[in-house]
This record gives sequence, structure tokens and C-alpha cells, in this order.
Amino acid sequence: MRWPRRPRYLAWLESGVSALLFLCAFVTVLTTIGIVAVLGVQTVGFFRIARIGITDFLFGVVLKPDARPPLFGVVPIFWGTMIVAIGSSMIALPIGLLSAIYLSEYAPRKARAILKPTLELLAGVPTIVYGYFALMLVTPVLRALLEPLGLRVETFNALSACVVVGVMIIPLVSSLSEDVLSSVPRGLREAAYGLGATKFEVSTRVVLPAGLSGVLASFILAISRAVGETMAVVLAAGMRPQITLNPLTSIETMTTYIVQVIGGEASYGTAKYLSLFAVGLSLFAVTLVLNIISGLILRHFREAYQ
Amino acid sequence: MDRPAATVASGRLDPVVLATKALSVWYGSTLALREITIAIPRNKITALIGPSGCGKSTLLRCFNRMNDLIQGARMKGDVTFDGELISGEIDPVVLRRRIGMVFQKPNPFPKSIYNNVAWGARINGYRGDMDDLVERSLRRAALWDEVKNKLHHSGLDLSGGQQQRLCIARTLAVEPEVILMDEPCSALDPISTARVEDLMDDLKNDYTIVIVTHNMQQARRVSDMTACLMLDEAASDGHRTGILAEFSPTDLLFTNPKDPRTEAYITGRIG
Repeated sequence: MRWPRRPRYLAWLESGVSALLFLCAFVTVLTTIGIVAVLGVQTVGFFRIARIGITDFLFGVVLKPDARPPLFGVVPIFWGTMIVAIGSSMIALPIGLLSAIYLSEYAPRKARAILKPTLELLAGVPTIVYGYFALMLVTPVLRALLEPLGLRVETFNALSACVVVGVMIIPLVSSLSEDVLSSVPRGLREAAYGLGATKFEVSTRVVLPAGLSGVLASFILAISRAVGETMAVVLAAGMRPQITLNPLTSIETMTTYIVQVIGGEASYGTAKYLSLFAVGLSLFAVTLVLNIISGLILRHFREAYQ
Repeated sequence: MDRPAATVASGRLDPVVLATKALSVWYGSTLALREITIAIPRNKITALIGPSGCGKSTLLRCFNRMNDLIQGARMKGDVTFDGELISGEIDPVVLRRRIGMVFQKPNPFPKSIYNNVAWGARINGYRGDMDDLVERSLRRAALWDEVKNKLHHSGLDLSGGQQQRLCIARTLAVEPEVILMDEPCSALDPISTARVEDLMDDLKNDYTIVIVTHNMQQARRVSDMTACLMLDEAASDGHRTGILAEFSPTDLLFTNPKDPRTEAYITGRIG
């Protein structure tokens, strides 16, 4: 017989593989559920022990966990988080997107072969190094530039954090966007060139819209990363919870608050200790909202080419 | 080689619209086309046939400088359009508006049907009534009746044949003088193919059409002139180099080929 009978166990193996793959996928779901459950339970504990209402927490504008009575308003650190997220996005999104367009549409093959790995290397630098970079280089440069104009730059300041976090997330935007843009089918580019389009028109009016969903996804990922960034911000922006529009003073973000509480002498079970779970849950909510917004944006602007 | 007389519609214009003189094309160090000399007549359909890899598409893409987009492609020799040299230092962007192109695989933009047609006109700064231009172009491409009630649906929702006619409408909307078609029907079913062929026949009063096709019946059905390209047997270094075997009126080429290689190809003995 030329064709042997396929062994019976193959079918069993197939369902075994399928079950294994399901389990792997399920681990992530389980983890998410676990995190939310732990954060939720501890947050309930926090509100019980601290004897404050949810509105006092969500809308309180003073964060003084060591005052008597302690004040746990989350607004100042939410504000700080937003400053860093928005400031760094203003640097990273345009630069990242433009370098993605350059790499995918304009760069000669050789330039691309060097530039892309170099950009990706930026993503591999440990974030605490970026923190030092902010403290030792960015802030002194900002001082040299701004103090002659009569502006006081504090040692720890928000602007410096925005700059380093911005640089840190450029590769996320550029690398992911570049992948998306270069996977736009060549036929679309040729169609546009064939109609008499310039390279710029092809890039911005055909390739970018076709890859927009991926580009926006990279934006959201970068912003989420900026929201969650911790060590660089601790070193660059310090830990002063305040609501200010002046980027040259120290601020505190939600993540740096968590570092401060863990690194401090708050004992287990106290309101201050439990507050970090409430802040953690809020941070989780911020990221969730970002994801939902990105989903909505995508549904509106998507130009699917398949 | 006979040059057909200019038609009444083209008036005193030169009967030759596109011409090449000793045109050779390289991809890197590979010679793809050797010394092609051909004159494409105005307001006619010229078919380029020949076996795979003989450089039909390469020749077609010399006419609108599409090969510029391929790294390492270069050409030697002259290409003229309305007597003007287009193989030298010219701006291909300007040229490509005047010489439109329809591709093998229908490639509508992932935009609405309306915007697919309007896109090219818009980037070229068309100042007239856009709705009117879109309607005219779609009518000319024999697609209007099928899409007039869904102009704002995606062009990708159409069938393959409709997508190809949309691509033709998009090309017509920038009002080119020549339309290059690179195997426009190879991805279409026979009914859609027939519709596109009817359309080409209809368009040739106003446009010069150059079509690359693998389908000899199609070349016979639609074209006035046929150029048969061949692989150069002298080039035996493993690369395929195309040369022009014969360029004649279609009737003549298929019934009484002058070149033995053409005869072998059209009777199915090679290719």
C-alpha cells in the first residue's frame, strides 16, 4: 500500500493543540480579570477605611495623604498624567508619523536599512536611563535656553519629562506606522502615480488614509505608554501634586504617586497604602477609555483596502 | 511599416502619437528590452502581444515613465510623445496626467466611488463642476447606470469587472490623451471582459489606446495594430530580453505574419 492509513491519534492531537492554544489565549483574559478584581476589592477597602466618598476622590483637588485628616483628591495627579501624556504626544506623534512616512515612501532602501533599526534601538533603552537623561541633560539645556528669558526652571519640571517621554515613544509611533504604511498595496500607489500625483500626494492622500487605522493604533499605544510611564517621569518631573499650567515646575503623575507610596513608610492596610489601588484602578480606567476612543475613531476613518 | 492616415477627428495632428527609437531598458544589469523602435498611431488601439517575460509591460511603462518607480530601472534611446522627447529630464508627474494607465488587477482606492473618480481631477486642480465630471466619466466608462444610486459607497464593494471600469472612469476623469492598459481583463470573467472590450472600442474615437494582452483573441478582436514582442534568442545568459519581432496592422499580422517567430507564436507553437 503506497499511502499508509493516517494514525487515529492525529485527530486527538489536533483537538489537544486547539485546547492548548485556547488556554494560552485565555491566560491574558484571566490576568485582566485578576487585576481588575484585586484592584476593585482593595479600592473598596480604601473607600471604607479612608471614610471618603467617591466624588471626594475623583473630584478632590488636593492630594495630601499625610495631612490630618488626609486628603485624597486624585485630580492633581490626573492632571500631571495628562500634562505628560499630551506634552509628549505633541512631540512624538508628529515626529513619529513623519519619520514613518519618510521611511516608507521616501527613504532609499539603504537609508531605511540603517534608520529603522536605529529608531527601534531607542525603544530598547531602559526608561530609568531616560530619567537620568532628563535630569542631567534636558533640564540643564532648558535652563540655559529659558533662564535668560527670565523664566525659572525648577530642577524637577514637567517640560523635561514631556521631552524625554516624547523621545521615548517616537519609535512606537514610527515603527508601527511604518509597518502599516509599507504594507499598503503597491497597486494603490501606482494607481495614484498613474493619475499624475506627486510623491507627497500619494503619501498623504492615498497611503496614509489607507493605513490610517494602523497609524491611529500606534498613536493610542504611544499615548497609553506615556500615561503609564513611571521611572523617567519620577526623575524628570519630581513628585509635587499640583494643578498648574506652568510646565517649568514640578508635578506628580498617577504612576509616580504609586511609586512614592510604595517607596514611603505607609504601613499595610492604612488608607494611604490602600489609596494606591484606587489610583491604580483609575489609571486602568484612563487606559480603557483611550482604547474605547481609538475604537470609535477607527470606525469613523477607516479606509479598508482588503 | 505602414503608418495609418490621421483620422478626421484628429485633424492636422501628427498621426503618430507615441514613438520609441532604439529604446533599451535595463533592470539593474539585466537587459529587459533591446532597441525597440515603434510608432503608435493616434486614435487607434495598439496591442502588444508576446510570450511571458518578453517586456510588453516594460515597454508600456516606458510611455508614462512608470518604470521610474522601480529602483534600478533605466532606459536608453528616445521616447517621444506628440513629437516631444519624454525619455529625458522631464517631470513624469505632468506626463502621467496626459497618459493615463489602467492596471492588470483592478486597484480602486479604498474611497467612495465618487471620490475614486474625483481624486485624480482634484489633485490636478480641476476647476469645473466636479459632480458633472464624475457623472460624465462614469457614463463614458459605461458604469453610471450601475452605480448612480450608490456613489458614496466604497469602490471596493463593486464586482471585479465594475472595479476595472471604475478604474477606467478614474483615468478618463483627468482627460488624458492616451490610455495605457496593462492586461486590463486578465482578472475578469468573460462577460466583464466583453464589456471592457466594447468600452475600448467606444473610446478609441477620442483616445489612443495601447493594450498589453496575453490573450491573442482579444488582440484580434479589439486592436487595429499589433506589435509582437519576442524573447531574444541571441541573449543566452539566463536573463530574458525582449525584442520587437513584428509590428503590423492586426488583420495582417494574424493572417499573414511576415516574421516566422510571430507565426510560431500566434499559431501556438511557441510561448
